[in-house]
Amino acid sequence: MSQRAFIEVQNVEMRFNTRKGSFHALQQIELQVQRGEFITLIGHSGCGKSTLLNLIAGLLRPTSGVLLCDNREIAEPGPERAVVFQNHSLLPWLSCFDNVLLAVESVFGARELKRQLMQRTEDALELVGMGHAMFKRPHEISGGMKQRVGIARALAMEPKVLLMDEPFGALDALTRAHLQDELLKIVARTRSTVVMVTHDVDEAVLLSDRIVMMSNGPAASIGEIYAVDLPRPRERVALAEDARYVAARKAVIDFLYTRHRRVENAA
Amino acid sequence: MVSAVFHDPLAATREDAAPAKPVARAPLPARPARPPFDWRALWMRVLPPVLGLALLVGVWGLLTQKGGSFPTPALTFDAALKLFADPFYRNGPNDQGIGWNILASLQRVGLGFGLAAAVGIPLGFVIGRFEFASRMVSPLISLLKPVSPLAWLPIGLLVFKSANPAAIWTIFICSIWPMVVNTAVGVQRVPADYLNVARVLKLSEWKVITRILLPAVLPYVLTGVRLSVGTAWLVIVAAEMLTGGVGIGFWVWDEWNNLNVQHIIIAIFVIGIVGLLLEWALIAVAKRFSFEEE
Repeated sequence: MSQRAFIEVQNVEMRFNTRKGSFHALQQIELQVQRGEFITLIGHSGCGKSTLLNLIAGLLRPTSGVLLCDNREIAEPGPERAVVFQNHSLLPWLSCFDNVLLAVESVFGARELKRQLMQRTEDALELVGMGHAMFKRPHEISGGMKQRVGIARALAMEPKVLLMDEPFGALDALTRAHLQDELLKIVARTRSTVVMVTHDVDEAVLLSDRIVMMSNGPAASIGEIYAVDLPRPRERVALAEDARYVAARKAVIDFLYTRHRRVENAA
Repeated sequence: MVSAVFHDPLAATREDAAPAKPVARAPLPARPARPPFDWRALWMRVLPPVLGLALLVGVWGLLTQKGGSFPTPALTFDAALKLFADPFYRNGPNDQGIGWNILASLQRVGLGFGLAAAVGIPLGFVIGRFEFASRMVSPLISLLKPVSPLAWLPIGLLVFKSANPAAIWTIFICSIWPMVVNTAVGVQRVPADYLNVARVLKLSEWKVITRILLPAVLPYVLTGVRLSVGTAWLVIVAAEMLTGGVGIGFWVWDEWNNLNVQHIIIAIFVIGIVGLLLEWALIAVAKRFSFEEE
């Protein structure tokens, strides 16, 4: 193991220049993510968790501080840090297959034959259980299926890190639970490093190795990091009564609702 | 257990989807198969428009009952029958069938409009993509857009020294604005998410244009095209009245000089119907190329 973590966030500060002046979103963010780790970022809405994810993705550049991935500075977005967007962001004029193929082509297109690229695309869609609807357009499938295709698109790029921005936020509770279970299996199989934004406490505890809890904005920072001490594979039903699960859940809820209760209508 | 329950509906849709596809594609648009014939729906589709048309003709008939310079519906209908019995005759340059006149006008509209599309759509892309260009050109567009197309006609006559290019020029200048503006708006409204996807996938600029920008902007472009064709068809009649030659606008003016009011009324109907057909054709194209958002 190298002494450097796989993803390093060092003293990052983020200010946005808006029409109403500068907005201080994040300050003094320090985070290390190990290879193969599953990290969730949790906090009240507006706390800058998506901003932090976008910084790691390279979609935003920090006002000050440094972000490293695999010992290289994160200067721009790229396929090695694949993003699953909150609203799936599939291109509506392409079929599910073509959406994934577009990603596969941009990563492997220079090195591989068309046939191999198509095989990769098909494999990725099979992996998320969407093999049967490959040639449908996004508007023809349900929200949960769209999000699966979004995950397939990200996984097909064989990224070093999978960045997920509330991937299941827009789904109903049952579909969400099902996709969480699927994600657990996929991550166990691919050993991906994952950073995921969520506002769902159960989701965070079920999926993560460590939960990064963020204080409220503006000028949010990391309040606490909780290591979830639960063996894998994790089974949703069995965990419900596990004392460690209950403890983890309580710790997160305590942080969010007791110590960092959101001040409504502060303005 | 749980996953089995969830997989079932998926499996069901898979089986449903396979046979559904060919059935959905089979019926031709000309004769859709409607097993239990919905008389009420047909009634509601046919009766109100027919009634509206009948009302118009009825009022027209009532008002012209007492005679006068305005022809009755019956006289006009007779004239139309005679006119459309031989739409493609040629008795010298100033006396040609109505078919030739319509075709001449359509040709001018097609040329002027085609040139406008060739210039306006790329220009709209540039304005939408680069803020500098947008700030540079926007004031000019705002200034020139409200100008009546006919004000451009003398400029055309001056530059081209001939009536036909001047009319085409007028069509060009009046139909370019909706395409420029709509294309630019479309480019500016491409969802940021799609462009973020492009950035994460590191797509080449060419792929960004062909796979993301063009498809995303196409519905806007088609709206611009539709508006432009409408304007072009409005303007051609006026332009031809002034330039003369062959064309539906000139024909209206010529019939006015002959005091043949029946023909003018027929021309009004013909202009309306051709405009409607143009609109329908473009809506059909727009439907074909637009994607469903959600």
